[in-house]
Amino acid sequence: MISLQHLHKTFSGASGAVRALDDVSIEVAERQIFGVVGQSGAGKSTLIRTVNLLERPDSGTVAVDGRDLLGLDAQGLRAARHDIGMVFQQFNLLQGRTARGNVELALEIAGVDRVERRRRAGEILDLVGLSSRADSYPAQLSGGQKQRVGIARALASNPKVLLSDEATSALDPETMRSILELIRTIRDELGLTVLLITHEMDVIKRICDSAALLESGRIVEQGRLADVITTPGSRLAADLFPLHDLPPDVSGTVVDITFSGGSADRPVIAQLARTHGFDVSILGAAIETIAGKQAGRTRLEIPGSGTAVDAAIADLRSQDLLVEVIHTPSRAAS
Amino acid sequence: MIDYSAPDFWPILIQNVLQGLVQTLYMTGVALLVTIVIGLPLGILLVGTERRSFLERIGGSRGLSATINRILNFVVNLGRSVPFIILMIALIPFTRLVIGTFIGTTAAIVPLSVVAIPFFARMVEIAVREIDPGLIEAADSLGATRWQLVSKVLVPETAGALLLGLSTTVTSIINFSAMVGVVGGGGLGQVAYSYGYQRYSTAYIVVVIIVIFVIVMVVQILAGWAARRLAHRIPSTKSRTPLVAPPT
Repeated sequence: MISLQHLHKTFSGASGAVRALDDVSIEVAERQIFGVVGQSGAGKSTLIRTVNLLERPDSGTVAVDGRDLLGLDAQGLRAARHDIGMVFQQFNLLQGRTARGNVELALEIAGVDRVERRRRAGEILDLVGLSSRADSYPAQLSGGQKQRVGIARALASNPKVLLSDEATSALDPETMRSILELIRTIRDELGLTVLLITHEMDVIKRICDSAALLESGRIVEQGRLADVITTPGSRLAADLFPLHDLPPDVSGTVVDITFSGGSADRPVIAQLARTHGFDVSILGAAIETIAGKQAGRTRLEIPGSGTAVDAAIADLRSQDLLVEVIHTPSRAAS
Repeated sequence: MIDYSAPDFWPILIQNVLQGLVQTLYMTGVALLVTIVIGLPLGILLVGTERRSFLERIGGSRGLSATINRILNFVVNLGRSVPFIILMIALIPFTRLVIGTFIGTTAAIVPLSVVAIPFFARMVEIAVREIDPGLIEAADSLGATRWQLVSKVLVPETAGALLLGLSTTVTSIINFSAMVGVVGGGGLGQVAYSYGYQRYSTAYIVVVIIVIFVIVMVVQILAGWAARRLAHRIPSTKSRTPLVAPPT
């Protein structure tokens, strides 16, 4: 649905040229929620703005719903933008219009007549759960309510794609969750395709089907979350399971075991102790719901090293568990 | 010298001041209308045609916008820097062309408008510059035309600041309209000049000052009130949501 190919963008700033996008390619399938995560300054904002050409790339292609946006004239681009809704971190609502008025703005711009505007605005405010505040001005609404208006405005012209530019970053955690829930609900009900950018892994974890990690304008890693978490050495997976750094005094072999789907409730530790006779200690663990499924990662320390430990690891791997060896004791110590 | 004790002194004064007031309001009102019609688009263009602004590519050309921007800035600076009394004289041929004469109240509207347009354009420029760039981005994301952006977003969202700028402009037009009076343009300025100065009547000066002061005050208060009404930024206590949700 969204296809970005080989995007390059360089800004010439006061302190020299800044490479905001460096050969970025992303494919977002229909009805998917795709998250791009990265530090501030990684190029996320530039990336999401190329999708509706608020920012024009220096080179590369941008296609939404099979339509090449860079080839469109001004009028064609405006029409294409009616099919691409966008929500913003700071909501960007008109202070002089009510919630309903802000939603109707989108419809006025799209050339919808007065009666239909009124009907559609009511309908969409109802969908985002804000019918009771339709006549309130933004100054009278909470952050979460403002973002609901922002979402309603973005959805008013029946777009196929929703772009979310840090939509939950200005909100408290509880409100963030309710807004993310809302985005997932509208994806399910309206069959939208969602591209979002965020600096919070929690957002990726909660609603995304796929994710990409952006660093200094480059995509470091991307894929479906279900695949990412079972990919050895995945940076995204490491960020999804926040395990602490190794303590300095570990003496044995340290392994990270990732459980996903069916293996999540397997008695691995008991098995290691019983079958292989190891007294394992747990250094850390994280259980997360990722892409709607339970998944977890446990960091274990197995005393010693050598063939017995290798056999135990091989045994775990044969059970379809992702086992990554994080630390092996040096020869001198063993 | 005017005889204060003459029985018809005050009735004549009131009649003269009223006539001057009507002329001043007429000059100011028409000049203000002209100023809005020309100054508002001018101010918006001044901001919009800047680099990386919302009209940076008029007709798809960045060069055209840059050229328009330079020309407008030059014209506005020129208009702002020429002293009004000189501007008035310099405009005589133009005034004669537009109105047919350069003497009288109607003719005075031309220099008044010419001096007020760049003044108001700068006020509009300041107001539009203050707008949150996020609003322009949001309108762009909705596929707004430039006209929709200006008419549905920029002007309504800056209406409060525009009104305050307009009230400052009105004050300045009234100010200049008094100068017009000295050279035969009529209005309160002429009343003060020909009775107060040339015929040494302090009463005329005092009354004219009071009337002008009242006009300016009324304009400022009305504009301030309307700007607050338009802002919608201060939620009224009645409709504010309670901090604690009622038990369900």
